[in-house]
Amino acid sequence: MSKITQKLLEMKKAHKVLQKMEYRFDKVEKGYANQTLYINLSDNTIKSKPVTQKMKDIFTGGRGFGLWLLWNAVSGDTKWNDPENEIVISSGPIGGITQYPGAGKSLVVTISPTTGSVVDSNVGGYFGPLLKFAGWDAIEIQGKAENDVIIYIDGNNGYVTIEEAPEEDVDSHLAAEQFTDMYADNEEDKRNVAVVSAGQGAENTLIGVLNFSFYDVKRQVARLKQAGRGGTGSVFRDKKIKALVVKYKGVKGDSNGPVDKQKIIKAGIKIHREIHDLDKDQCRMREVGTAHLTEIMNDYDLLPTMNYQYGSHPDAIKLHSDIFKQKYFTQNMADGCWYGCSLACAKGVDDFELKTGPYKGQKVCVDGPEYETVAGLGSNCGIFDPEFVIEGNFYCDTYGIDTISTATSIAFVMECYEKGIINKKITGGLELNFGNKEAAMELIHQMGQGRGFGKTVGLGIRRMKKLFAEKYGQDPRLLNDIGMEAKGMEYSEYVTKESLAMQGGYGLALKGAQHDEAWLIFMDMVNKQIPTFEDKAEALHYFPMFRTWFGLNGLCKLPWNDIEPADNAQTDEPAKVPEHVQNYVDVFNGVTGRNVDKDDLIIQSERVYNFQRIFNLKMGYGTREHDAIPYRSVGPVTVTEYESRAERYDKQLKELGYDIDGKSTKEKVKILREYREDQYEKLCDAVYKRRGWTNNGVPKLEKVKELGIDFPNVVELISRYQ
Amino acid sequence: MKIVKTRPELCNGCMECMLACSKTLYKVEDPEKSAIRVKKVDKKSDEYEIHVCDHCGECIPVCNTGATYKANNKTVRLDRKKCVGCYICVGFCPSNALYYHSDINEPIKCIACGSCTRACPTGAIFMEEK
Repeated sequence: MSKITQKLLEMKKAHKVLQKMEYRFDKVEKGYANQTLYINLSDNTIKSKPVTQKMKDIFTGGRGFGLWLLWNAVSGDTKWNDPENEIVISSGPIGGITQYPGAGKSLVVTISPTTGSVVDSNVGGYFGPLLKFAGWDAIEIQGKAENDVIIYIDGNNGYVTIEEAPEEDVDSHLAAEQFTDMYADNEEDKRNVAVVSAGQGAENTLIGVLNFSFYDVKRQVARLKQAGRGGTGSVFRDKKIKALVVKYKGVKGDSNGPVDKQKIIKAGIKIHREIHDLDKDQCRMREVGTAHLTEIMNDYDLLPTMNYQYGSHPDAIKLHSDIFKQKYFTQNMADGCWYGCSLACAKGVDDFELKTGPYKGQKVCVDGPEYETVAGLGSNCGIFDPEFVIEGNFYCDTYGIDTISTATSIAFVMECYEKGIINKKITGGLELNFGNKEAAMELIHQMGQGRGFGKTVGLGIRRMKKLFAEKYGQDPRLLNDIGMEAKGMEYSEYVTKESLAMQGGYGLALKGAQHDEAWLIFMDMVNKQIPTFEDKAEALHYFPMFRTWFGLNGLCKLPWNDIEPADNAQTDEPAKVPEHVQNYVDVFNGVTGRNVDKDDLIIQSERVYNFQRIFNLKMGYGTREHDAIPYRSVGPVTVTEYESRAERYDKQLKELGYDIDGKSTKEKVKILREYREDQYEKLCDAVYKRRGWTNNGVPKLEKVKELGIDFPNVVELISRYQ
Repeated sequence: MKIVKTRPELCNGCMECMLACSKTLYKVEDPEKSAIRVKKVDKKSDEYEIHVCDHCGECIPVCNTGATYKANNKTVRLDRKKCVGCYICVGFCPSNALYYHSDINEPIKCIACGSCTRACPTGAIFMEEK
């Protein structure tokens, strides 16, 4: 017996089963298991709940199911760390099909520690599909355990246990490996085990992620994908969950119980061919994943640089995707985070030797870096070193902290440090100048380990702004201008100053400043396809609704428009990628046997989207004032920023009829600000109107009725705001 | 390693190869379940194209499960136990020589057994060293 096996056996022996439920499950039908798994860790309840036809009709699945289950579990007063808060994980009716790329996603829903409201996060890995094939459309975890526990779901033998698990590591690269090895019968069986974990950083910060594993049979390592946004991992560790483990052996092309498999296969093979033929000349996702964006963003002056002050930098060339391809990303691997993903963007850096921290000297497999991490930890912190980015990526993942929130928060404190808002005394000696990669890496370790100034940064920007203003007497207005968060969530990595529509894409997003609802910069700023407020509002209606649909169905957004058919540009609406929309219609109908069309997809989403907006309202948010955004995302906060794009800004002011001759830059900053802030408010007016909301951003009663989400408590709640 | 090679100009479109193949692979005579496909160059033509795997191996790195592999005899094989029926290999095959059928959960792939060549009456397909 090998040493590692002995160690695992001892770890497993130390488990104490607190509860066990046996269950019988026949098979998934038309994309649904037709039951959800409820667990309460305070009293060790495990039970099954039925999935009703009404749930399917109104909420579809995935994020929709998560929101509905959570809505019924919490009150408007529930805080993220109250026992009644839940973590709900659900894939969706399409989730788990093997024939179409990007079809293995899980959606995590919880009350967020940083926003205080409901948050959803979309993640790859095998957990969601295997959970469904094991018999569960969703897992809903409420309560808090006394000691560290795992939840184990055995889909082949039909039982669920809650077990105390004291000895396994918490950091995710170790936890995922240990639980995979522990529950797999042998090497071949490892791909049938999926683990959800969060590292020690998820305990020590409010920006914890959940790491969803999938076993890479070629690398022979448990890879990790992150539910990154909104602090889901911090809720997980607050409940003292060490891991969720699901095991299901027997995934096949018909495991999802489709009505018309042929329809799905046809759409799948068509897009596989497209990706084979065109990806190398389009986004090169198979070669470098989303990292191809770095140079594009830099070229268009959109790459966040030094806390979003600027949009490009001469040194950005050092972070070019070609460098990642040539030196770091292992090529020709099947990098799909679920079976059938031919876009294969889950790149990995193999045998990377760590230079710092608790695992210094070890050679590890690093998942990513993706664009967001390159731009966040790289240019946004003024650090143009790919190996720093890779190492930072590894530690953020294994500590279980969000690379986006971590990077944007570090960029913020770096600017605060350079502006004298904070000093070495406050940072515990860290010289947080832009570009200081040693200090930035130390800060990541401090955040992960809950030490020093890292404890402050791990609270996220909204809390830091308050702290710096109240404790250190700093100017709250400046802090609000440069602290890149909305609704309490740190911005992801795009400069939005020159695209009003994209300012709305962030500010009007339900969960906070994430770009997953709409990415309109090119349509708006570069191609100028949506010039009027009405055009922008239409885009800020259609795209958030369309993209919401992915999260209802267990899908990834990337195969929708990160690969396009060869003749896409000749279609009526290239931005919508009509042929791929039709693929989704076919796949949905093929799975469920229903007969929807492309307009029905939008209605499915509108139900859930409006419900989530109302959920925000229930939690004390969800009105116009909470759609406010920091001025750094709208225009130049400082004279230096203005001057970096003086030509553009001067031209805009002149075109608007302002006489700027003889005006100081400071005066021009002020004039431009008044104009742009007013534009953003007008945009909100137009979007609310298009979405069927009041001028305060609350769904109108007639809209709610039209969508069939007029439950008594919804009507009661929104009636107060009509 | 011997694989199936073609002389399309000799093909008369009798489809015996497809029937022999499906019988070998799936115990049925059904051209839709064959790993070799014969089709007219165009509707009006009397000429035929023959598509069959040349065992180039491009389907190996694209597979998430390691189901496509090079066997000891150097032919490219599909391990049906490992396969989850994603069809990436079908979409990525440079010869369009992998197929699907809704009754079958995995792609239909040539195993270089030669049964099609034995059934061919004209010598349009034959086994030869790669």
